[in-house]
Amino acid sequence: MIGFSVNGKRVNLDVDPSTPLLWVIREQLGLTGTKYGCGMAQCGACTVHINGEAVRSCVAPVSRAGGKSVTTIEGLSPDLSHPLQRAWLEEDVPQCGYCQSGQLMSAAVLLLEKPRPTDEDIDEAMTGNICRCGTYPRIRKAIHRAAEMVAKAGAR
Amino acid sequence: MIRRKLERRDFLKISVAASGGLLIGLRFPGISALAPAQSSSEQHASATTFMPNAFVRIGTDERITVIVNHSEMGQGVYTSLPMLLADELDADWTKVGFEAAPVDPKYNHPAFGIQMTGGSSSVYSGMQQFREAGAAARSMLIGAAAQQWNVDASTCRTESGAVFNKKGQKLTYGGLATAAAKLPPPEHVQLKDPKTFKLIGKPIKRLDTPEKLNGEAVFGIDVKLPGMLTAVIARPPIFGATMKSFDDSRARSMPGVKKIVAIPAGVAVIADTFWQAKMARHALRVEWDEGSMQNFNTSEMMHQFRERAKSPGTSVRKDGDATAALASAAKKIAAVYEVPYLSHLMMEPLNCAVDLRADSCEVWTGSQFQTIDRANAAKTAGLPPEKVQLHTTFLGGGFGRRANPQSDFVVEAVQVAKAAGVPVKVIWTREEDMAGGWYRPAFLHAIEGGIDASDNAVSWRSRLVGQSIMAGTPFAAAMMKGKDYDPASVEGVDDLPYEIPNLAVESHQAEIKVPVQWLRSVGHSHTAFATECFVDELAGLAQKDPYQFRRALLQKHPRHLGVLDLAAQKAGWGKPLPKGMGRGIAVHFAFESYSAHVAEVSVEDGNVRVHRMVCAIDCGQYVNPGIIAAQTEGGAIFGASAALFQELTFENGRLQQTNFNTFPVMRMNECPQIETHIVDNHEKSGGIGEPGVPCAAPAIANALFAATGKRIRKLPIRLSEAV
Repeated sequence: MIGFSVNGKRVNLDVDPSTPLLWVIREQLGLTGTKYGCGMAQCGACTVHINGEAVRSCVAPVSRAGGKSVTTIEGLSPDLSHPLQRAWLEEDVPQCGYCQSGQLMSAAVLLLEKPRPTDEDIDEAMTGNICRCGTYPRIRKAIHRAAEMVAKAGAR
Repeated sequence: MIRRKLERRDFLKISVAASGGLLIGLRFPGISALAPAQSSSEQHASATTFMPNAFVRIGTDERITVIVNHSEMGQGVYTSLPMLLADELDADWTKVGFEAAPVDPKYNHPAFGIQMTGGSSSVYSGMQQFREAGAAARSMLIGAAAQQWNVDASTCRTESGAVFNKKGQKLTYGGLATAAAKLPPPEHVQLKDPKTFKLIGKPIKRLDTPEKLNGEAVFGIDVKLPGMLTAVIARPPIFGATMKSFDDSRARSMPGVKKIVAIPAGVAVIADTFWQAKMARHALRVEWDEGSMQNFNTSEMMHQFRERAKSPGTSVRKDGDATAALASAAKKIAAVYEVPYLSHLMMEPLNCAVDLRADSCEVWTGSQFQTIDRANAAKTAGLPPEKVQLHTTFLGGGFGRRANPQSDFVVEAVQVAKAAGVPVKVIWTREEDMAGGWYRPAFLHAIEGGIDASDNAVSWRSRLVGQSIMAGTPFAAAMMKGKDYDPASVEGVDDLPYEIPNLAVESHQAEIKVPVQWLRSVGHSHTAFATECFVDELAGLAQKDPYQFRRALLQKHPRHLGVLDLAAQKAGWGKPLPKGMGRGIAVHFAFESYSAHVAEVSVEDGNVRVHRMVCAIDCGQYVNPGIIAAQTEGGAIFGASAALFQELTFENGRLQQTNFNTFPVMRMNECPQIETHIVDNHEKSGGIGEPGVPCAAPAIANALFAATGKRIRKLPIRLSEAV
C-alpha cells in the first residue's frame, strides 16, 4: 500500500510502486486533467506538484509520492480563482487545451519561487512544457499578468 | 437589412423539446432522415423531437445551446460558430453554450458532403448555416411574443435574449420557447446587415476556456466507461510488415492482463490499466514478416526524386513556353528544394474508446471525420451505420491526423472491442503515434527561372516529385476530378500569382508505401517554402529588394499586395537591423485567405534564432479577431517548428524518430515575438486554421539569406547544408 495526499485528500492505494504517478492519478484516482504526452519527461503535459515541486508524473514512480502531498490541476483551485487561471482566462490562452494543465502547474511553481518573473525566468521554467498549438506568446503574457495580479493584491 | 428567401424552408423543422424548449434546425433535401438517436444533444431533446437535426436549443431556463457540427481541436469552432448563430438570434451571450453534434447527415459539411472538420473551412462553410438557424429561431420567438401581446410581429424588436414591444414590455426567450415551438417556420429569414453585428467581428473570449483550466475538459483519452479495459497494440515495425507469430507466455500472466489477441493492426494487449498493458506488451515477443519495405531508406528516396525531377512531369499549368523562355533568358537560376516527411504530432496521442454490443456500438474519440469513422466502425462491427454512435470529444490537437480515410485508429479499436467483449479504450503511446504513418509526404521541388536584360522575370518552371495524399483513398475520384495529378500535391504553386509570362508547373507522382495524409496546410506547407524562397532567389538575380520585387509582380493581385504591404510596413521593412540579423518576407494564398510574414533571424552559436515574426492576414469578413490572432500565431509557430527542427527519416524501413526528443517542437525559449495584423474588410470569409503556416518557413529561410548570404533549400534548416 502506498499512501499520500492528493489535492488535500488522503489516499491509500494497492498498486505496483513502480507504476508512473501519472497513470495512478488518471486511472486509479480518476483525475484525468493531468495528461499523457510523451512518457519520457519531454513535453510536460503530465506536470503535477509533489510537496510544492513541479514533477513530470509520467516518469515519477508512484512510490515517490509516498507520504507526500500531491497537487494536480484539479487541486490548483476549486473555482478557477487561482491568479494563473484568471490570467489564462483573460488572455484566452488555450487552443486545443491538452497541454494547459501542465503549463499551469509549471507556471504555478514559477510564481511561488519568483513572484515577479522576468522573460528569462519564464523561459527557464516553461521550456519543458510543449504546446503544439503554439500558445507560448499568450502563456508568457498570462504569467506576467498573473504576477501583476498577485503583486497588486499583496500591495492592498 | 438583407432579406433573403430561405431556400430550404420546406425542410425547416421545429419541435417541442422534452424540456419544453424550442429546437430548430435545417434539414437538407435528398438526405435520409434516418439517423441514430441519442447523442447528448438528442437525449436532452428526445421524445417529442421530430428530428435530431438542430443547430440550437433554447431552454425554458434561458440557456441557449448551439450544436456544433465541427470538431474543436483548438481552432475555436466551439466559439466562432455559436457567435454566428447567437448574433442573428440576438441572444444573451452569457447564456450561450455549445455541444458537439451527433453524427447525422444533416450535420454534413455543406461543401464536402460528409460530417468532417478540415480545409480551414468550418467558419466560412458554416457562416450561412449558423446565421440562418439563429435568424429563423429569432423570427419564431418574435412570433410567439407578438401572439401573446396580440400585436403585429413587425412592431417587436429583440435584444440580449428577449423580445420587446413598443410599450417596452419584455418577454425572455426562455419564457417564449414553448410557445415559439408551436409556430410554423418562417417563410423568410432576415439576416442582419453586417453593420449591426453585435458579436461577429469582436474578440469574444472562447467558450471552452474554463474547462481547459481545471481538468474538466474531456478529451478522447479521458473517456472512462463502466467496466472498461485499456489496450495497447504491438504494431509492425515497418509499414506493410505482417505478424508471423507471437509468444505471450510471459506477458499473459502479468498483473492486470486480461487478454492478448492478434488483430489486423498487430497484437492487442488488453489489461485493467494502460500501464499494465504497456508492461505486458514489453514482455510480448512478436515475429514479423517484414515485407517489401524492409530496405526503404529516405535518403535513397530523395536521390530518386532528384533524378526524376530531371525529366518533364505531368503538366499542371502551362502559360507560354517556360522552357524556351529559359533558354533565351539573360540570366537564369535553378534550385532544388526538399522537404521531409512530417508527423502531425498532436499533443494527445491517438486513442479511441469503444462499447460494442450485439446490436449496437458506441465510439468515443476525437474525430475530424465523423461520417467516415462511423461508417468504418460499422463495417468493422458488422452493424449498419445507424447502429453506431460516435461521440466527438475535445481533440487534443488534430492537424489533419484525426481525419483518416481508413479510420485507422477507430477501426482497430472496434477490432479490439470485439476481442475484449467489454468496453475498451485503445491508447497509442507517443512512439506508436509517431511511427503510425499518415504523414505529410516528403517532396522535392525543382525550379528554374530566368530574367530578361531589363531584370524582368520571364520564365518559371516548377517540377514537383512526391506522393499523392489522395491516390488510393475513397476521395481520389472527387478530389482529383479526372486529373492525372493530385491537386493537393501542387496547390499553392499551380495558382502562383506572380505575373510571369512563361510559367510551367509539372508533377511527378511517387509511389511509395509510406502512408501519407493531409497535415495542417497540406500542399501549401511545402509549395510556399519552395516558391517563396525561389522568388527571393530571382530577386537576388535581378539585384532587387525581395519585397519590391514581389510588389512589381503582384500588381494585379490587390489582396496579396495588401498583406504583403501590411507585413512589410509593420515589420519596418528596410530599416537597419543589428549586425548579424536578417529580415525575410513571404506571401501566400491558401484556404481562401491571404497571408504574409516577415521574419527576423540571426545565427547564435551556430543555431538559427528567430527573434520576431510579423504576420499579416486577410481572411475577409472575420468572426473573432482574438481567434484569428491565436491561429495566426499558432500557425507561424507550427510552420517554424517544421522549418527549424522536424524531419522523419527511415533506415531499412524503420522510422528513426521516436518522440519529442528526436522530432522537436518549438519551445517557449525558442519562440519569437509574434505580431498579427488583420486586414479589415467585408470580403467573403476565408479560412484561418491553416493559412498562418505556409509563410513561416520561407520567411525564416529568406531572413537567413539576408543574415548569412546563404540560401536554404532544404528543410529542416541546417546551416551546414545552406548554399
